[in-house]
Amino acid sequence: MKTPAGLKYAKTDEWIKLEGNEAVLGISDYAQDQLSDVVYVEFMVDVDDQVSKGDAVATVESVKAASDVNFPASGTVIAINEDLIDAPELLNSDPYEGGWMVKILLDDPSELDDLLDAEGYEAYNEEREG
Amino acid sequence: MFTPHTPQEINEMLKVIGVDKIEDLFQSVPEKYRFPKLDIAAPLSEMEVAAELGEIASANASTDDFISFLGAGAYDHYIPAVVDMLLRRGEFYTAYTPYQPEVSQGTLQAIFEFQSLMSELTGMDVSNASHYDGATATAEAANMAFHIFRGKRKKILVSRTVNPQYRETIRTYMQGQENVQVTGDESDTSFDNDTQQLIDKIDNNTAVVLVQYPDFFGRIIDYTKLVNAAHEQGTLVAFVFNPTALGLLKPPGAFDADIAVGDGQPLGIPLSFGGPYLGIFTTKEKHLRKLAGRLVGETVDDSGNRAYVLTLTAREQHIRREKSTSNICTNQGLMALAATIYLSALGKSGFKQVANLCYQKAHYAADQISSLEGYELAFKETPFFHEFVIKTPKPVNQINLHLQNHWILGGYDLSQDYPELENHMLIAVTEKISKDDIDEFVMALEEVAHD
Repeated sequence: MKTPAGLKYAKTDEWIKLEGNEAVLGISDYAQDQLSDVVYVEFMVDVDDQVSKGDAVATVESVKAASDVNFPASGTVIAINEDLIDAPELLNSDPYEGGWMVKILLDDPSELDDLLDAEGYEAYNEEREG
Repeated sequence: MFTPHTPQEINEMLKVIGVDKIEDLFQSVPEKYRFPKLDIAAPLSEMEVAAELGEIASANASTDDFISFLGAGAYDHYIPAVVDMLLRRGEFYTAYTPYQPEVSQGTLQAIFEFQSLMSELTGMDVSNASHYDGATATAEAANMAFHIFRGKRKKILVSRTVNPQYRETIRTYMQGQENVQVTGDESDTSFDNDTQQLIDKIDNNTAVVLVQYPDFFGRIIDYTKLVNAAHEQGTLVAFVFNPTALGLLKPPGAFDADIAVGDGQPLGIPLSFGGPYLGIFTTKEKHLRKLAGRLVGETVDDSGNRAYVLTLTAREQHIRREKSTSNICTNQGLMALAATIYLSALGKSGFKQVANLCYQKAHYAADQISSLEGYELAFKETPFFHEFVIKTPKPVNQINLHLQNHWILGGYDLSQDYPELENHMLIAVTEKISKDDIDEFVMALEEVAHD
């Protein structure tokens, strides 16, 4: 299971890549593995929409389940990865690059301070696996 | 009586929750209300009960006794004997999709065939396994459109000539959504057939426009302009159709409708004092994920044999729960099967013939009635299918009382829903009505005008 360093992770299995005041969000390798084959991605937001901390920005549907993807901070949507609409399997094959989901201009980057780093997230996953 | 628990088990449970006897569970109900004296008759034997119920039932009259010109959403069509004969087979005679659906391949195949027939009938890409009836299917159409825009478009436009009960059901379904406006059918709206008033109300906050086809007055309205105007604003269009009419008319799919819904009752389902009926729901493939209810798909099993499955279930409330489009997933399995058998028995040409007979007989009736003194065809500038509006010389309820003496069920009194249509009767004619029936109806109408 890959957990790239340099990213931040939420306990709800999203990753965040911070670039200045902009944050790119996707789901972790662990999350895609738990979901199994992703068959559909539905975005709940459009470009220019405001999101509040914890809002669902997308729903990911796999052959097993449908799960929300939440954004852990407030801001304005500046891009969504439309490739996922036709190729949702990117979430399985390339969760950290081709499978990015939304890019958001943050109101306050410090809202992301309580997310986990790669090490913390790995430890959290091990704990969950028991 | 069915008692699933033994006294021993009951005592065990009482012990766990810490009470002595079942009565202790009801202490919050005041004692005098716990076992009130019920004013019911003494017990009767089975034979006595059967006799009494038979006597009560014989006070009802049905369309076996009356010639019916009553439509307004439910229609008295002929039902071939094969429909009931197959429907009542034990293998099919359960209204629910079983909870281990794939075990019941026959049930799933029947639903799959139903979906295929509905897609073909409407010219739409996909159909679900059905809803309760036309009213709930229509409300689900509004609901789906609302969800397609993720609640961002707050306006639902509904034509005033959509069945009044359906419009009420839309409002009932949407009342839980915040700030949603169901509009377009205000009482000062005219009945113009150019749909311009509705078009003028479409804006980029409108999720969907719902129109009826033929409309509640039986009129065949060309919705091409309305569909184009709606699509220019990104607004969806839902057609509420009569399935029989689609035997003759251009289907909703050919208008580029986004959703097409209707009541399947005319397809081999008896009037039955109002139900059970059948809600048909079809849409474009791109809205598949937002489609409520069950969907059956065809696939192959691990030995390559054709097999049927419930598919795309992640859309549904049992997985997506509060995020699903609708929390009503029940389908009318048995009624869907009736419609499937009915359409299969009639075939393409038989179905067209039924539609054509309805059309021709209705037009004969309209001609005859409107030639009577005091009676006039309303909306005469618009073509109609098998239902039309007649302006009458007396209040409709008075006329209908008189018609009952002739064992005729008159038409629907439109003043109930449209105050400006006092003395306007909505008359339906199906293939079951003979020329003699129509002539008798015309004579009775003439008689009552001169009373």
